[in-house]
Amino acid sequence: MTALQAPVRGASAVVTRRRRRLPFSPWHLVLIPATLILIFPFIWLLITSVETPAEALHFPPILTPHVLRFGNYPAALSSAPFGHFFANSAIVAVATVLSNLVLCSLAGYAFARFRFLGRGALFAVIMATLMVPFQVTMIPQFIITKWLGVHVLAAVGINHLGALILPNAATAFGIFFLRQFFRTLPVEYEESARVDGASRLTVLFRIVLPLAIPALATLAALTFLDSWNNFLWPLIAITSTNQMTLPLGLATFQGAHATEWTLLMAGNVMSLAPMMVIFFVAQRFFIRSVAATGLAGT
Amino acid sequence: MTATLLSRDQQHAARARAARRRVVSSEHFAGWAFVTPGVVIILLFGAVPIVWSALMSFQRSNLLSSSTPFVGVRNYQQMVHDPIVAQAIQHTLIYTVLFVPGTMIVGLFLAVAMNRKIRFLWLYRTAAYATMAISTISEAIVFIWLFDPSYGVVNYALSLFGVPAQQFLNSPSEALYVIVTMTIWGWTGFAVVVYLAALQGVPQTLLEAAALDGAGPWTTFRRVTLPLLSPASLFLAVWLTINALQLFDEVYLSTQGGPLNATTVLVYYLYDQAFQNFNFGYASAIAYFLFLIIAVVTVIQFRVGRRFTHYRS
Repeated sequence: MTALQAPVRGASAVVTRRRRRLPFSPWHLVLIPATLILIFPFIWLLITSVETPAEALHFPPILTPHVLRFGNYPAALSSAPFGHFFANSAIVAVATVLSNLVLCSLAGYAFARFRFLGRGALFAVIMATLMVPFQVTMIPQFIITKWLGVHVLAAVGINHLGALILPNAATAFGIFFLRQFFRTLPVEYEESARVDGASRLTVLFRIVLPLAIPALATLAALTFLDSWNNFLWPLIAITSTNQMTLPLGLATFQGAHATEWTLLMAGNVMSLAPMMVIFFVAQRFFIRSVAATGLAGT
Repeated sequence: MTATLLSRDQQHAARARAARRRVVSSEHFAGWAFVTPGVVIILLFGAVPIVWSALMSFQRSNLLSSSTPFVGVRNYQQMVHDPIVAQAIQHTLIYTVLFVPGTMIVGLFLAVAMNRKIRFLWLYRTAAYATMAISTISEAIVFIWLFDPSYGVVNYALSLFGVPAQQFLNSPSEALYVIVTMTIWGWTGFAVVVYLAALQGVPQTLLEAAALDGAGPWTTFRRVTLPLLSPASLFLAVWLTINALQLFDEVYLSTQGGPLNATTVLVYYLYDQAFQNFNFGYASAIAYFLFLIIAVVTVIQFRVGRRFTHYRS
């Protein structure tokens, strides 16, 4: 045992001595392979998307295709309307974000500042819905959405984009999150504005919301990501191709072209590119928002 | 004189009281006006469905007949005797037990490595964050291709080490682990962001004090950094577990619960029962059972976690 340990200890001493002489931080030695593993799926996705079917089905895999065949992209576009899926995703996400900002601000502000009959009970009910997983509510939500589409307004019924917007137009999380933020703001500005004759709506939009921009931005980022990546509810609510969002359209495309890897990867690149661009342009903003959810728990 | 003064005082007080009452009643009105639009949506699509699906779980409700007779606890009895439910619970738990610590360890390791001023840091961080921007569907499609049994890169990499080709998603004994791998990859960015934010809150003075006391880097990490990260760890453990118990997208896309139900998790089975077989009553019972599991696991995590969590005051 001791005989075995001695050389190991000697070896580690050598490593530390050599480490001190490295011209770069030793952390690069773990970060470079880790980063390669993390980005390899993206690289492989891009490579396959410009290969010929024969190259893709070659074993061992061809890591550097001879010719970049960009024709896979128009071919994917002609077999599934990715532009249309993108537009649908954008409409749903933007509408969901805007309505959440307005409706959750109004409700969150009222819960934070006004004393009105039933406030406590109503807030408790909203908090209770926050704890229940979507799977519990999805079947009645499906039945209600179907009923609304038939009896009230077709645009919010099954197979319409409204069915993806309306149920998420206000969220318990958004109301709770903004209420908590509004309660941290000093009430004096609002009171003096009221004394000067401003209406409650004016106070909210002119005084409170400008102070709440960081919180509104966080809510917007989180709502946008949720809406953009949502899959289960669109899968239930949408069946016709021209109403599909990107994740659902891509999943359907995969179902139809499961073995046409080059086509599939070209479609996949087109599906994830918009979000990648948005994410990198607004990276700080997204990172701060995601970190905020984590720090909220601490 | 005094009488008129008093009455004027009283008049004043009465007017003030009336004004106050007006303010209060307008506050009632404003309160309801402000909350109504949002609350109606949450009640209609959140609160009502919670009660409705509870009722439905005691009914026989499917598309075959328009009547929905109450059947007592029969849906729950059926669940107890359903072998696929037992399998689904088992798969969900195996998945959760592997996915949650796996993601936390990878995230912690990368966050610690990236929590320093070194060259190319932006590149490393961006690579980790990129996994956050990809949807579960895009992620699953890439990983199906990476793990393809015949042409996949992973089998090629294994062949370099003399390992024979694996069936991966086509193999009942391997498919679930491939899904664990792809979801850990997909959640890495999230875990890194949470841990990096928490690491930035670790006071440098404490680390220096530990170093002065003669603690090596590993001891400092174990005894100082890790306890200070415990609130972030508890948050991640709870958050990832809630998500793991609701695993669906990747299973739907890559295996549809197969092969031989090897990747049938609770939510997939619930979806299958609700929207492929249209057994709304039975599916509602499964949904409530899932809710119960999530609630119990979360409470246990908070109870146990609190004992190991150090909150700085």
